[in-house]
Amino acid sequence: MQIDRKTRFLTREEAIYFGLLAAVIFLILPLALDSFRLNLFGKYLTYAFVAIGLVLCWGAGGILSLGQGVFFGLGGYAMAMFLKLEASTPEATAIQSTPGIPDFMDWNQITALPWWWEPFNSLAFSLIAVVIVPVAFAFIIGVAMFRRRVGGVYFAIITQAIAAILTILIIGQQGFTGGVNGITDLRTLKGWDIRTDEAKEILYFVNAVLLFACLFAAQYVRRSKLGRLLIAMRDQEDRVRFSGYDVASFKIFVFCLGAAFAGIGGAMFTLQVGFMSPTLVGIVPSIEMVIFAAVGGRLSILGAVYGTLLVNWAKTTLSESFPELWLLGLGALFIAVVMFFPNGLAGLWSEQVMPRLRKLFAGRGAGARPPAAPFPANSASAPDSPAAKAAAE
Amino acid sequence: MSIHQTSFVLSVEDLTVSFDGFKAVDGLTFYVEPNECRVMIGPNGAGKTTVLDLICGRTRATSGSVRFKDQELLSMREDQIVLAGVGRKFQTPSVYEDLSVFENLELSFPRGHGVFGSLFFRRDAEVKDRIQEIAETIFLADLLDEKAAFLSHGQKQWLEIGMLLIQDPELLMLDEPVAGMSVAERKKTAELLNRIIDHRSVIVIEHDMGFVEDIATRVTVLHQGKTLSEGKMDKVKNDPKVIEVYLGH
Repeated sequence: MQIDRKTRFLTREEAIYFGLLAAVIFLILPLALDSFRLNLFGKYLTYAFVAIGLVLCWGAGGILSLGQGVFFGLGGYAMAMFLKLEASTPEATAIQSTPGIPDFMDWNQITALPWWWEPFNSLAFSLIAVVIVPVAFAFIIGVAMFRRRVGGVYFAIITQAIAAILTILIIGQQGFTGGVNGITDLRTLKGWDIRTDEAKEILYFVNAVLLFACLFAAQYVRRSKLGRLLIAMRDQEDRVRFSGYDVASFKIFVFCLGAAFAGIGGAMFTLQVGFMSPTLVGIVPSIEMVIFAAVGGRLSILGAVYGTLLVNWAKTTLSESFPELWLLGLGALFIAVVMFFPNGLAGLWSEQVMPRLRKLFAGRGAGARPPAAPFPANSASAPDSPAAKAAAE
Repeated sequence: MSIHQTSFVLSVEDLTVSFDGFKAVDGLTFYVEPNECRVMIGPNGAGKTTVLDLICGRTRATSGSVRFKDQELLSMREDQIVLAGVGRKFQTPSVYEDLSVFENLELSFPRGHGVFGSLFFRRDAEVKDRIQEIAETIFLADLLDEKAAFLSHGQKQWLEIGMLLIQDPELLMLDEPVAGMSVAERKKTAELLNRIIDHRSVIVIEHDMGFVEDIATRVTVLHQGKTLSEGKMDKVKNDPKVIEVYLGH
């Protein structure tokens, strides 16, 4: 029965798409790329965490946040603080006037570790903070905005302002945060050198596993009644409210979930790239992340991953050869997406490519099945794998 | 304060709302009894929809009191009012166009209304049976898998009525349920409403006088935010004030 099919965790079609993405990330990329390029794709995949969160918030729930970099940054900084403290042993920092504190503190005439840095000596605390700090911050923003029924473009502007404020704060508090350089020169994780090629490969796979964990979590949410409520809220917020739902708490939940994903992505960025800086927190990266989700398809969690990979791969390739053209290209891409294919690559796949493929195979008797179920999140969950595979090669 | 307060389902007393000095509803008082179907009529701008908005919490009242079974609604949040047992249908059909008819009804099923309740909500036999039952009542049993966007205007109105029925509210408020319907749809809707108002209190806003006569227990005529006349249809229909401002000669 069709009704039953829609609550299943994965339909057969979706299982195939999940499998395809897993093949791309776990097999094709590691086999096709050298260690340097693989690390680069590992970095791109950390942005995909944010894009998945944006699919839930923006695509499903209609909440456009232009400040997801904030949560990415908070997660990344939490991780970086732990790694920095581990790298700042009294022996390693013996030449400083105050040995045993991070080098940038010493440069800024700070003579003791600030109290709020202390807990980041603990790996367990830091790992929890990677998720909890972004979630707590998102919760505060969510309560302040959604309880007052701030939404739409106002919410987008305010989140953007928060991204700007946090960047300014981080840069301004150089002695505590490393300022505009960020937290750099990270070396080991519990004694394990994260800078070697081997470590980077392992981290790539850790990242990939975490990404799939987030994808499955997002898929579960979309399949639950909460997922359908998000779509309902996007279209008829009042009807949801007058059906007995406290709309604000659902928005807060999905915003916090997106923040948790972003925080994990940020921490994995720090581990794989070896630093965290305000350039990943501010307005530009936050908007770029929205573009990743938009290009991939804002209704499709898998599409968002492909979109992230594709845009970043294009960015790297283009800016290697034509550095000044990249920003123009990005702008043109975003305009093209908005004007010509609002559901991104995933939309192109499910609306253009799949129907044609079906027609092609329709001759074969049983192939005459009706088009995909009209559930929007369902019909758009098809990734544009040919393009992404092209990107991989 | 009325002595009979507890016997009423809804007691609206001295309800006033002022928008920048303009009193859209001005000292309105009325009571709804159990199983009563109260119809509100009145010229455009009389404040009919505003009264419903005030009861369900969409608009905040300036002063007065709205009591529903001894609960003061004016201090409650919209979703709490709904869960207390007050359902509201909007004037324009408000259904979730991107979801199927089944899913539209499911979201109104009175269970799992919290964040985690809805995250772990199970679509069990009880839910399916109830949705099937409601779908038959609202003539949409064959269209459960249809996307709501593809329904006709009349079918969307029925779907929204169905979404309210599945909540099983004690007080149902309908804002122009037959507006924009064809004659055949209108007849079917009247039949539907007659069936569902049986064991609950209903407040209906409607302009179609034939339809009003069909369903009303009592009628309240609003004019400029105040009660112009109230009582049985026959009495109201022959009230010279009502004829003057609303029905015409």
